[in-house]
Formats: sequence, C-alpha cells, structure tokens
Amino acid sequence: MSLTAKDKAVVKGFWSKVSGKSDDIGHEALARMFAAYPQTKTYFPKWSDYSLGSADVKKHGKTVMGAINDAVGKMDDLIGGLSALSDVHATRLRVDPSNFKILSHNILVALAVNFPGDFTAEVHVAVDKFLAALSAALADKYR
Amino acid sequence: MVEWTTEERAIIQGIFSKLDYDTVGPESLARCLIVYPWTQRYFGKFGNLYNADTILANPMLGKHGTVVLRGLLTAVNNMDDIKNAYTQLSELHSETLHVDPGNFRLLADCLTVIVAGKMKAEFTPEVQAALQKFLSVVVSALSRQYH
Repeated sequence: MSLTAKDKAVVKGFWSKVSGKSDDIGHEALARMFAAYPQTKTYFPKWSDYSLGSADVKKHGKTVMGAINDAVGKMDDLIGGLSALSDVHATRLRVDPSNFKILSHNILVALAVNFPGDFTAEVHVAVDKFLAALSAALADKYR
Repeated sequence: MVEWTTEERAIIQGIFSKLDYDTVGPESLARCLIVYPWTQRYFGKFGNLYNADTILANPMLGKHGTVVLRGLLTAVNNMDDIKNAYTQLSELHSETLHVDPGNFRLLADCLTVIVAGKMKAEFTPEVQAALQKFLSVVVSALSRQYH
C-alpha cells in the first residue's frame, strides 16, 4: 500500500496546519494510548504518571512527533530516512511492531479531536497510509 | 463476564444516548470503506462506491450505516452479557455474510475517529478508554460463533 503522489500532497497540506500544534498532538496521542491500551505502558515502567499533563508524557510526545514531522519531509524514502531510528527500535527499544498501529490509531484520534473540520475522509486515509509506511520503515531492521 | 465500573457504564450510556444515529452511522461506515477500501468487497450490491464522494453520498450505504450503528444498542442494553446477546448476529456474519472478523476492528476504529470528531474535547482519554473497551467486547462477541 505505497504512498501515491496524491497521498503525499494531502499529508503535506494537512501537516502544514498540524505542525504548529504537534507537541500537543504527541502528548495527547500518548495519553490516549496509555488510557485505552494499558499494555503499552509496559514500555515505560519507570514513569509514575501516564495521563494528560504528565511531564514524562509531554516530553516523550514531543520527541515522537518531532520524528514524525521529520518523516513528512522524507516521504520519498522513509526506509532510508528512518534507518537510524529503525536501528534504535530494533536493537535497543525492541517495541513490538503491533504497537506502532496502536499509536498510529491514537494519533488519528488526536487529530480528529483537534482538527475536526480538516480531518476529512481523504485526509484520514492519506495520514493512515503515511503512518503505516512510517511504521513499516521503523520496523525495517527488526529481523 | 466483563466487569464494568460505574463510570464506564455511565460513559457508554452517555455516548450512545447522545449519538445522532442517522449521521454517525453513515459517516462511520463510509469512513471504513474509504480508509480501508478492501472492506468494499462486502458491498458489491450497493451500487456506486467509486470514490470517497460517491461512497459518502451513497444512500443504500448510508441507510446500512444507521442499521449497523443501531446494532450496537444490543450491547448498550445488555452490558452484562454482551457475549450471548450477539450469538445470532455473530452466526449471521460468519455463515451468511462471510465477513472476515478482522474487519470488525477496522469499523470500530473508524467509529471511534468519527465519534472523537463529534465530541471533540469531551472525548477525553478516559471516555476513549471506555469506548475502546466496549467496542473490543462487541468485536469479540461478534467473532465468537465463527468456526
């Protein structure tokens, strides 16, 4: 399910509206994920607060969305562009790739809540495809 | 049996009592067919599903979206025995409709996104968690009679 030229244009267009709020989106998406999919908390055993407002969740949300913002600029070669991050996830973090789908879903929910008018069906499918391609690139070095 | 807290019950009743079934139903089903186009395989007799616009405008699909969403009321009204409440619907989906149960999760995810867009800030992480739990129980019940 590769990204078409149209998908890339739609993602870039929508992202120009999102990038100003991206730290908040990251923070919110993570808080939503930890609340609705509690098994994802197992990757952050040292934190004490997984809810909205937690300093740890805010900081990590910013890190994750920063990387996703970068990836928007690397859509023509996600595997190459995310190679270093893939190494980190494969060798050190070892996050089960099924969790990438879960986080992607929660990013979509955060986008729907914060950009209700802009998050149309057309944007939804393009962003979903982009996050799926990003997830695949992130899992590229796993085995 | 699934354990529900008082808060979870209240959240679920709250969501489903305020839903506009005639809007959210069609929008959610259409969203599923647009975002996950392979789900269109089950709607061969529904007419024009050529692109996002025709899918959103398709009256047969819209009507069916409302039917599907109202189908969730079976669970809302039987929260302490969702498993058995869906026995017949599960058999129908398996034996007559031949729907891959993996698709139930796709539709549930699209419904979540549509409800999130309607409820906006009211759709807090806590509300989302309750809805997610509810929908997974429904999906599990609908998948149960497959063999």
